[in-house]
Amino acid sequence: MSTTAEPPAETEEERVSYFRSGTSLRSWLLTTDHKRIAILYLLSITFFFFVGGLAAALVRADLMTPAPDLMTNEGYNRAFSLHGIIMVWFFLIPSIPNTFGNFLIPLMIGARDVAFPRLNLLSWYIYMAGGLFALATLVLGGVDTGWTFYTPLSSMYANGSVVLVATAVFVTGFSSILTGLNFIVTIHKLRCPGMTWGRLPLFIWSHYATSIILVLATPVLAITLALIAAERLFGLGVFNPALGGDPLLFQHLFWFYSHPAVYIMVLPALGVISELVAASARKPVFGYEFVAGSSIAIAVIGFLVWGHHMFVSGQSVYASAIFSFLSLVVAVPSGIKVYNWTATLWKGHIALDPPFLFAMGFIGLFVVGGLTGLVLTMLAVDVHVHDTYFVVAHFHYIMVGGTVSAFFGALHFWWPKITGRLYPLAWGRVAALLIFIGFNLTFFPQFLLGYMGMPRRYHVYPPEFQVLNVLSSSGAGVLGAAYLLPFVYLLWSLRNGAPAGPNPWGATGLEWTVASPPPEHNFAEIPEVTRPPYDYEIERHDA
Amino acid sequence: MTESVSPYTDRRQRHAADMMGMYLFLGTEIMLFGGLFAAMALTRLQHPAEYVAHSRELHLWIGAWNTVILLTSSLFAALAVHAAREGAGRAAARWLGATAAFGLGFLALKATEYTLEFREGLLPVTGGDGALSEPVQRLFMHLYLVSTGLHAVHLTIGICVVTGLAWRLRRAESARAIPVEITGLYWHLIDVVWVFLYPVLYLAR
Amino acid sequence: MSWLWPVDASAYADHVDLLLGGFTVLIVALSAPVFILMAVFAVKYRRGRVADRRHPVDNSVGLETSWALIPFILLLGFYVWATWLFVDLHRTPADALEIDVVAKQWMWKFQHPGGQREINTLHVPVGTPVTLRMASQDVIHSLFIPALRIKQDVVPGRYTTLSFTADRPGTWHLACAEFCGVDHSVMGGSFVTMTPDDYAAWLRTADTDATLAEAGAALFRSHGCSGCHGPSATVHAPPLEGLYGRPVPLEGGEVVTADAQYIRDSILLPRSQIAAGYPPIMPTFANQLGEEDVLRLVAYIQSLADARPEDRP
Repeated sequence: MSTTAEPPAETEEERVSYFRSGTSLRSWLLTTDHKRIAILYLLSITFFFFVGGLAAALVRADLMTPAPDLMTNEGYNRAFSLHGIIMVWFFLIPSIPNTFGNFLIPLMIGARDVAFPRLNLLSWYIYMAGGLFALATLVLGGVDTGWTFYTPLSSMYANGSVVLVATAVFVTGFSSILTGLNFIVTIHKLRCPGMTWGRLPLFIWSHYATSIILVLATPVLAITLALIAAERLFGLGVFNPALGGDPLLFQHLFWFYSHPAVYIMVLPALGVISELVAASARKPVFGYEFVAGSSIAIAVIGFLVWGHHMFVSGQSVYASAIFSFLSLVVAVPSGIKVYNWTATLWKGHIALDPPFLFAMGFIGLFVVGGLTGLVLTMLAVDVHVHDTYFVVAHFHYIMVGGTVSAFFGALHFWWPKITGRLYPLAWGRVAALLIFIGFNLTFFPQFLLGYMGMPRRYHVYPPEFQVLNVLSSSGAGVLGAAYLLPFVYLLWSLRNGAPAGPNPWGATGLEWTVASPPPEHNFAEIPEVTRPPYDYEIERHDA
Repeated sequence: MTESVSPYTDRRQRHAADMMGMYLFLGTEIMLFGGLFAAMALTRLQHPAEYVAHSRELHLWIGAWNTVILLTSSLFAALAVHAAREGAGRAAARWLGATAAFGLGFLALKATEYTLEFREGLLPVTGGDGALSEPVQRLFMHLYLVSTGLHAVHLTIGICVVTGLAWRLRRAESARAIPVEITGLYWHLIDVVWVFLYPVLYLAR
Repeated sequence: MSWLWPVDASAYADHVDLLLGGFTVLIVALSAPVFILMAVFAVKYRRGRVADRRHPVDNSVGLETSWALIPFILLLGFYVWATWLFVDLHRTPADALEIDVVAKQWMWKFQHPGGQREINTLHVPVGTPVTLRMASQDVIHSLFIPALRIKQDVVPGRYTTLSFTADRPGTWHLACAEFCGVDHSVMGGSFVTMTPDDYAAWLRTADTDATLAEAGAALFRSHGCSGCHGPSATVHAPPLEGLYGRPVPLEGGEVVTADAQYIRDSILLPRSQIAAGYPPIMPTFANQLGEEDVLRLVAYIQSLADARPEDRP
């Protein structure tokens, strides 16, 4: 993968690719091609990733010292609220499904597009409309409710533009619903001949599980936010104890959505990792049925554990004991995945390329995040660490260490497919390593801070917590720089990278049988599948 | 704009996909109303006596007539689907017209009911809440207004879609059954939501 | 190492630390094989390196079942331990010292039974079980005492309780853990544990003119409660002597226990639980009484628990 002084000329594949099927702005904004819609999403979520990241940078900078420095208490609260809202709903939830899912699902199952291409475009416009509401909130001063909108703080006491930001999340929720609906129908009805359920790539299985959650959980969030808006605008009272309502009802409804939402964020990442591990080791995924089934199990059990966010809320002791038990159960399918990935590497042919390094980084961080999640299911321990930095560290290990690492892994694995160009592998390795180090430096100290007793969402904190906070903030600096690095060499590769060819990694899967970048309608002839997934060894014996 | 290519290989595949998409959409609608039903269930659990007392203040018979009207409209929608499957476009259009007319009838009766409640001071809106003295009464009437209002919004959308479809089919000799079937499904869902709202709100006595 | 491990002030806290320590050993044991094997495989089976790669088909139900079940069974042991400890935490000791807590944006108010009041600092004796009865004036707060490894949300509209026994004298942190608005991060203070003698001395120096129950009795008269519930009342209202802790049959046929929550609801939302045989005529006092006043009234009615209606003064 040497780089030449002259940028390589445009290849024949590129001339007939989806990328060149139209060059006007109109051809992009009115496209119904799933691949182009994926690119639209990629650009938009990248934008929101930086907005959310900027808010995080402000928060970490202010936490360098125990006293308030950069912001007032009010300003700090708005910064972390914005960080959470933007990152959860405008980056993490759409991140992998709406970009890589959109791009790859039709290609992987041998279809020309998703089942409802126009609905797919509509879904992007709805997402952007929600995004505009979110930015309007930002311009109007933001909100100070946290991303969790707990009542009655959000419904009666908060000063910010709560209704506006609730509208933003409400609107973007419908984008999620439509995308999930589209994926489920696509996976059910548009598989090419021979692509049986037992031959689906694991990426598809995890997106199928994710879509079920998107379709069933998001409407509950929508009605909950609508009720919050009604409380603020008309004094509805359903969450207001003074009017006979119950503030805990909000928490039940919110977490009924938001716990499954955690799986919306991480299941697609698990699918990505299965692909990356198999391709890097050139070996079938160990225990395919178990890995596929565990995605569905996570989605289903994930609907039954929301009460574990409420162990100290005044919920009954029996309810807490049951939710604690069910939360242990949901750990089993996650464990199955990790053990199967490890077994996949056994006796493989492992290439230490960026996709593999990102996958290893993911597994390491996901395991730490998952196991500290188990610490949180232990009732007596949760009473102490609930609402402390321990929880903050835990969910960042899952959502940032996990999902964002997988997002970058996917970007490094499928970049040649999406753009038709190769990027410098050495830089990819450096980025993977830096992200891993920066991440751990940022978030590991937060586990200790949490157990020490530093509550989350604290602007001012006791001086004895400063050492760990400074460590965490310096890590955030490394992490921020590490996240910027890939943008440099990936953009560079668009012009200067060597042409990738259809299958630079020697991977299996239908997406690698078409040109890079893929032609406008994916397949000239709908393919027929005759072999099991990840049949790397068969390939080798053939050769 | 690039010419969009059909992702389908044949019409049967497309039909199956459309129907499945609609069923999933109905699933999301049920979850949406599910949140409201959860709020009503909790209010009933926490304030059983007051919930019953305030349920008694609603106009039971108007609600009952509306239930009859909506169930009848659903029958018409089913007949429209039947006609469309037989390929009888004009018959389907007539049945759809009847469906929409009964839907409008429901809305008219509902509007009358809101007006009555407004005059009685039971509606939690400015000027119409004179008789609301107890917090739980206000909460109950709020839940009533939000849930029946959300239902009415869905019904209005349904009437627009049904009317549009009837207009398109008014002179059709034959009809593609799928749009009628999908619209029919949506109409039945609106009906089913009401069939749950009616007992939960009016019959909790 | 004071910046790496929290201080602790109770046997319960030691127990939680032990639980966490044991659990950490387990999760390290469960995850170490993954980390070690991944590293070993990445080196040993690196692409291009010669190694014995013959292996049977990648599928083994026995293996899958064992790595699903064995960790789960090990976890179950800790689940039982942690749940037992949690249930223990929620058992309110009968002879506990009861202290009332009212949370509001952004301060903690404490009222001792003798009527002593303090803000953002809580004094308790060591070796004595203490139960906090907590109410919120506005949003949800959460009382967090890291040295005891406990916290409990304080939710508007309901009383929550938190019981503990501190056994080391000292001064520790006390904080709000549930995000509650602008000054959330400064809504905290000190938790002071004292020997019983020091505590008694402190109680004497603290400024007070009436015990909680006496203050409640004064409110009972000044807000006109005695007009209906008193001995000379002409309206038909239930007597409150001997009420606390007893079962109350309701109009709807249910029977509830007249605990603090019931009394609070009866004052603020009187129509929700009508005592059987009485007309629903009590007005709400939601606009006249704050949570602190209501707690004083509760203390007063609690003080009448052993009185009989005939004993009315």
